[in-house]
Amino acid sequence: MTAVPDAKPMIEIRDVHKYYGDYHALRGINAVINAGEFFSLLGPSGCGKTTLLRTIAGFEDISSGAILIDGKDMHEVPANRRPTNMVFQSYAIFPHLTVEQNVGFGLRKDPRSPAEKAKAVAEALAMVGLTGFGTRAAHALSGGQRQRVALARALILKPKVLLLDEPLSALDKKMRETMQEELIKLQRQVGITFILVTHDQEEALVMSDRIAVMFEGEIAQLDDPETLYRRPNSRRVAEFIGVMNFVPGKVLSETAGRIELDVQGLGRCQIAPAQAPAGGRATGEISVGFRPETLTILYEGQAASDRECMGTIAEVVYFGDMTYYDVKLDGVDRPVRLSMRNVPGRPVLDLGVRTRIAWSPGALVLFR
Amino acid sequence: MKFPWLRVYSWLYLVFLFAPVFLLPLFAFNAGTVIAFPLQGFSLKWFAALLDNESLHEAVRNSLTIAITVSVVSTTLGIFAARAATRYDFRGKGPMIGLIMLPLVMPEVILAVALLVVFLQIALPLGMLAIILGHILVCTPFCIAILNGAFLSLDKSLEEAAYDLGETRISTFRLIILPLVMPGIISSLLIAFIISLDEFIMAFFVGGTTVTLPIYIFSQLRFPAGLPVIMALGTILVCLSILLLSIAEYVRRRGVARTGAKDTGGFL
Amino acid sequence: MPDSAKGGRFTRSQAFSGYVMISPPFIYAVLMLGAPLLAVIILSFLTDGSGAERIIRQFTTANYVEALGDPLNRLLWMRSVFVSLMVTLATVILAFPIAYYISFVVRPEKKSLWLFLITIPFWTSYLIRVFLWKVILGYSGVVNSALLGLGLIDEPLQWINYNVGAVILTLAHAYAPFAILPIFVALEKIDRSLLEAGQDLGESKAMTFLRVTLPLAMPGVIGATLIVFIPTVGDYVTPQLVGGPEGRLIANMIQLQFLKLDNYPLGSAISVITMVIVGVISLLFLLANRRFLRGQR
Repeated sequence: MTAVPDAKPMIEIRDVHKYYGDYHALRGINAVINAGEFFSLLGPSGCGKTTLLRTIAGFEDISSGAILIDGKDMHEVPANRRPTNMVFQSYAIFPHLTVEQNVGFGLRKDPRSPAEKAKAVAEALAMVGLTGFGTRAAHALSGGQRQRVALARALILKPKVLLLDEPLSALDKKMRETMQEELIKLQRQVGITFILVTHDQEEALVMSDRIAVMFEGEIAQLDDPETLYRRPNSRRVAEFIGVMNFVPGKVLSETAGRIELDVQGLGRCQIAPAQAPAGGRATGEISVGFRPETLTILYEGQAASDRECMGTIAEVVYFGDMTYYDVKLDGVDRPVRLSMRNVPGRPVLDLGVRTRIAWSPGALVLFR
Repeated sequence: MKFPWLRVYSWLYLVFLFAPVFLLPLFAFNAGTVIAFPLQGFSLKWFAALLDNESLHEAVRNSLTIAITVSVVSTTLGIFAARAATRYDFRGKGPMIGLIMLPLVMPEVILAVALLVVFLQIALPLGMLAIILGHILVCTPFCIAILNGAFLSLDKSLEEAAYDLGETRISTFRLIILPLVMPGIISSLLIAFIISLDEFIMAFFVGGTTVTLPIYIFSQLRFPAGLPVIMALGTILVCLSILLLSIAEYVRRRGVARTGAKDTGGFL
Repeated sequence: MPDSAKGGRFTRSQAFSGYVMISPPFIYAVLMLGAPLLAVIILSFLTDGSGAERIIRQFTTANYVEALGDPLNRLLWMRSVFVSLMVTLATVILAFPIAYYISFVVRPEKKSLWLFLITIPFWTSYLIRVFLWKVILGYSGVVNSALLGLGLIDEPLQWINYNVGAVILTLAHAYAPFAILPIFVALEKIDRSLLEAGQDLGESKAMTFLRVTLPLAMPGVIGATLIVFIPTVGDYVTPQLVGGPEGRLIANMIQLQFLKLDNYPLGSAISVITMVIVGVISLLFLLANRRFLRGQR
């Protein structure tokens, strides 16, 4: 998933700014999206991710900067001439047309014969698993089926880039998970660049080759999902993606190869410079983050770990396959969350139980 | 079960609303020459009298010419206004729409005298054209009200999708917007037609010597001898109105069903 | 090509496209409504001429002095406002229950049928409808015939025809859909769970209606009130046909000045004063009810 199949740039976004009157919606966006990449724009609502997608599609002008698709400047190229097609949040299925007519809509000026066009429509329908639905009225479709029609309608034109604006947000949880997998397969099958806008971090992590996390019109971090999860470059990104515990700490010394820390409740340890993504040298008060699954409860009889601390269970949230615990670590002011996989022979602990907890310096992230 | 006050009231209210409409055919088919009870027996003679009444025929011709012109022009203006109101944002939109919709809440007699004053001032001859101009003013707000609903239910992303799939703005309008708002346009045409056909005050003020159907009816109401014929005429007009309204309603519902939208009902 | 690279940007200047779209109806309204209203106002300050020269271009306030000084006009204004208020009151009060019935009781698939039924009489010839009320209420009309036939009265009732009451009844009939539809729309917008919440919080059905339904329906009631009140002030067919001499209203005077007496400046002054009266009353009404309109679009 982390491997980028082809490093050829498909879209280049160069210092793009967008103003709506006085409102600065995009504040200097720079990004290169590669051919064949599944790229996501992730952020809370109002962060500018949809605006950025719409500027790529050509529905919105940019105030300054440049957008290049396949090496060509898209300035002055209207949406209907761009090599992009869009799947809308509402799917925008034409309600007065049949499924076939919807899928074949973009072929109206195609010079091919009607028979060839019909074949193309049938193939597109087969690709999204809607064979046999061609003559149905569009409004009689379910949400998931509309989504597929929207995909077929866009992909039939063989765009260089497929733009997806929160395409799964209108579906229920089960359907959403099915469609996530199907979209990944579809993207591998057709091999074109997908750009997905979403506010759902889980969805972005599952589907994307790379993710741009956006806040307030800026890209806060652009990385592959694993880096984004393991090495978020700011507290804000860390909090937006998954759960991260924060504990105060101090930088004791910093050399080219090592940073020495004193972390509240955990004590002294050394971490690699890569674990302090913000860069730059700093001493003094900092905060140290770690994910819930990097702490492990040690049950009685389990071998001692070289890094251990003691804690009291303050809250238990049972999830079936997992259990989340809020644990008050000795010497730490606020409880931290940790997660344990539930396996046979490992009972769920009760409130108030004192337990040993193992941790690892390699899982820490330093935020200055 | 409790006594269904509300239901009984509503049915009584319908009786109140329909009382004049029910009376109309009673007198139209009544053999007596006086519009009063008791009825005198069945007769078709009043309908027959409609056939060879040249001044009535002229009034009908005038009214049809006016109503058809007005419904087309008002609906066209309405499409522009409804599109602007529902799709674009611009400074002064509220007041501009407000002025256009103002005739809906203006005493009609004042609209009529205002137009009369201007027409005399610019030496526009009173008559057919003057009535048409006046009726467009009166009908356009109704058309906008109907068309607004049609344009409002149009998802903006449908247009963007068509544009994204390679259509131009003009072909998007033709292929997507027009078919989807067509029920609204037909309703608007029919309702403007009905309003214009029935409009009296404006026609009376700016019509000069041109006689429209309502003016003809008004002139006849003073002569008791002519009343049964008017009842017959009225019966035909009521049937025509109900027919046109049913078409408008049918088209609207089919449009609703075809696009799978939720039926929210109502013309206005 | 309409979508050449230069002019084809989809969202190119929203405002510009908006102005292009709005201008045909707006220009029409300016020419056929704005300019004429202005002309009436100007005319009301000019002097009436006689013979060939109809209007003398000389500024005067004499028309206003004359219009306001005439006790007949003052009577007609008062009566017009009174009649319109009565009509509005009657129409809105009669309309509310049926709007409520359609919105809350009638099954959803039947709602549009009911609305359709309510609008039908409105679209039938206005003049004939008004005339038929004369037939219903007249000396030998339907009501009197029925009451005589049933032996409830010995001679026809006279107080039901050719008076202000007849005008009010006829107008309440004519404007029924104008009152029902806005109230219906407002009632439809009410989130049904709010009513359940009201009852859940221990209110009785009646109190829920008073404290939740009615305030939320007020925008519709206000709309209905204005849309009935304003046009009825200008109606003159109904009073002429069913009102008798007692039922004449200010619109009849305007018609008289313009079409019979040919005194345009005086007629204009009366029209302007009428507009001002209507405007002021409507504004006061809106101000008095502004708390209900807060939060509306």
